Amino acid sequence: MSGLQRAGRWVGEHLVLAAGLLVLVYMFVPIAVVMLMSFNDNSKSRNVYAFRDFTWSNWANPCRPDGMCEAVVRSIEIGLLATIVATLIGSLAAFALVRHDFVGRSVANTVIFLPMASPEIVMGSSLLALFVAGGFGGRLGFVTIFIAHVMFCLSFVIVTVKARLSGLDENLEQAAMDLYASEWTTFWRVTFPLVFPGIAAAALLSFSLSFDDFIITNLNAGQTVTFPMFVWGVSQRGIPMQVNVVGTVMFLVSLLIVVSNMLATRRRAPAA
Amino acid sequence: MRRGRFTGYWLMLPATLWLGLFFVIPFYSLLATSLFDPKGSVLTGYSVDYRIANFVDALDQFWEPLLRSLWYAGVATAICLVLGYVLAYAIAFKAGRWRNLLLVLVIAPFFTSFLVRTLSWKLILADDGFVVNTLQFLHLLGDDGRLLATPVAVIAGLVYNFLPFMVLPLYASLEKIDGRLVEAASDLYASPARGFLKVTLPLSKPGVVAGTLLTFIPAAGDYINAALLGSPNQRMVGNVIQNLFTSTGDYATAGALSVILMAIIVAMVMVYIRTAGTEDLV
Repeated sequence: MSGLQRAGRWVGEHLVLAAGLLVLVYMFVPIAVVMLMSFNDNSKSRNVYAFRDFTWSNWANPCRPDGMCEAVVRSIEIGLLATIVATLIGSLAAFALVRHDFVGRSVANTVIFLPMASPEIVMGSSLLALFVAGGFGGRLGFVTIFIAHVMFCLSFVIVTVKARLSGLDENLEQAAMDLYASEWTTFWRVTFPLVFPGIAAAALLSFSLSFDDFIITNLNAGQTVTFPMFVWGVSQRGIPMQVNVVGTVMFLVSLLIVVSNMLATRRRAPAA
Repeated sequence: MRRGRFTGYWLMLPATLWLGLFFVIPFYSLLATSLFDPKGSVLTGYSVDYRIANFVDALDQFWEPLLRSLWYAGVATAICLVLGYVLAYAIAFKAGRWRNLLLVLVIAPFFTSFLVRTLSWKLILADDGFVVNTLQFLHLLGDDGRLLATPVAVIAGLVYNFLPFMVLPLYASLEKIDGRLVEAASDLYASPARGFLKVTLPLSKPGVVAGTLLTFIPAAGDYINAALLGSPNQRMVGNVIQNLFTSTGDYATAGALSVILMAIIVAMVMVYIRTAGTEDLV
């Protein structure tokens, strides 16, 4: 092996990993800043973009900023509702697309990708155009946000559940049927438990997409304020540091869910 | 493939209705809106007399933010491709049993609100902040130079916010590559670099195509980064559309701009997929 090749191999082994980890660190810098700022006491300062003093008070009084907690609760409500509906009808569609043959299946498969490939501003404005044309322009609010959120979550649910379903061994269902399980029993005892992790992942994804959406929501919200809209509103003035508390809590809770889910699946399938 | 002949249709029905009513039909509404006569208003009502000139007016007024969007999104996508490839490659081939953990870490930052994260970039890039001071110390930035309210800040925000959309598809396609192919290349005396260029890179093409599309499209329509990290000089087409809809109330021009953006993106995507040539996308 020539020296050059050896150097190349060393670079491949170490430098790539180091560079990759560096990119990962870069992705976490803003999170670290959010966490740090959640302990920032800026009550004596006009500048909301600098760390002044350490304090616990933001954590002790998370609801002090006017309207913030109401906005968080509203986002959670919309998120839960949109998640339930999108996960339900999306999972049904995923079953249809993987397990049933019907006219227009390939068209359906393509249409499902379109919402993921459209810029949010276009989806948001076209939905607004529909609502205005339908005479709902003055009644934008909770319902129109809910409709929009189900719409953009649907594709992600269908794709996620489809992936899980198509990776499933149909022989397992065949075996249940051979053991005289009815179609219904087979579904609930064999198919559904196997697909469930996919459905759960889709639901988690839906909720976080819904909770975090700003662009589409802002166009279709009327006077209703969700958490991202609250943040947008205050970003023009001074940002209350409690926003960072909400950000930190969101991060920790979702990390907890994902990591515990990871550990649970690992324990169940030690070989995989 | 079994059970009743119509079960498939019934299962598809709710999702089809929802996407039809609230995704497909709205595009028609948008098209109709873009043809409104702008002399009307939300209050007095519009007349739909198919005023194609709206498109000309919209382009005439807003070609600059439109081009800027495509330019920023293009640069951000290129940077994402480089950073994302390194990260995805490291996870797929160098991380060993830490793979799953690292994958979780890739998406973990996105559990925090998009807006909150973008605002924290504002702090990182602030005028007297660590990054600016360091760059000034290294003379990479003039003493009165700044990052906030410059294209650099907006592109940095776009790169940061859309990087996972690049990493995940890249990882998915890299992970599928059979390591023995790379070994075979090196057995045939290919250097690691040559092995990468001739074997790994071509095999990861579906991931590159999917990743660039998933990054470029949302980045071109985004206006949060431009609004929070840039100044009016960096406004992108999303900012304009948003403003026309919510502040100015000029639905016709806003609609026309939305249609133009969508048309440009669809055209670019089609050309791109044709030249990059991938059947495995959908």
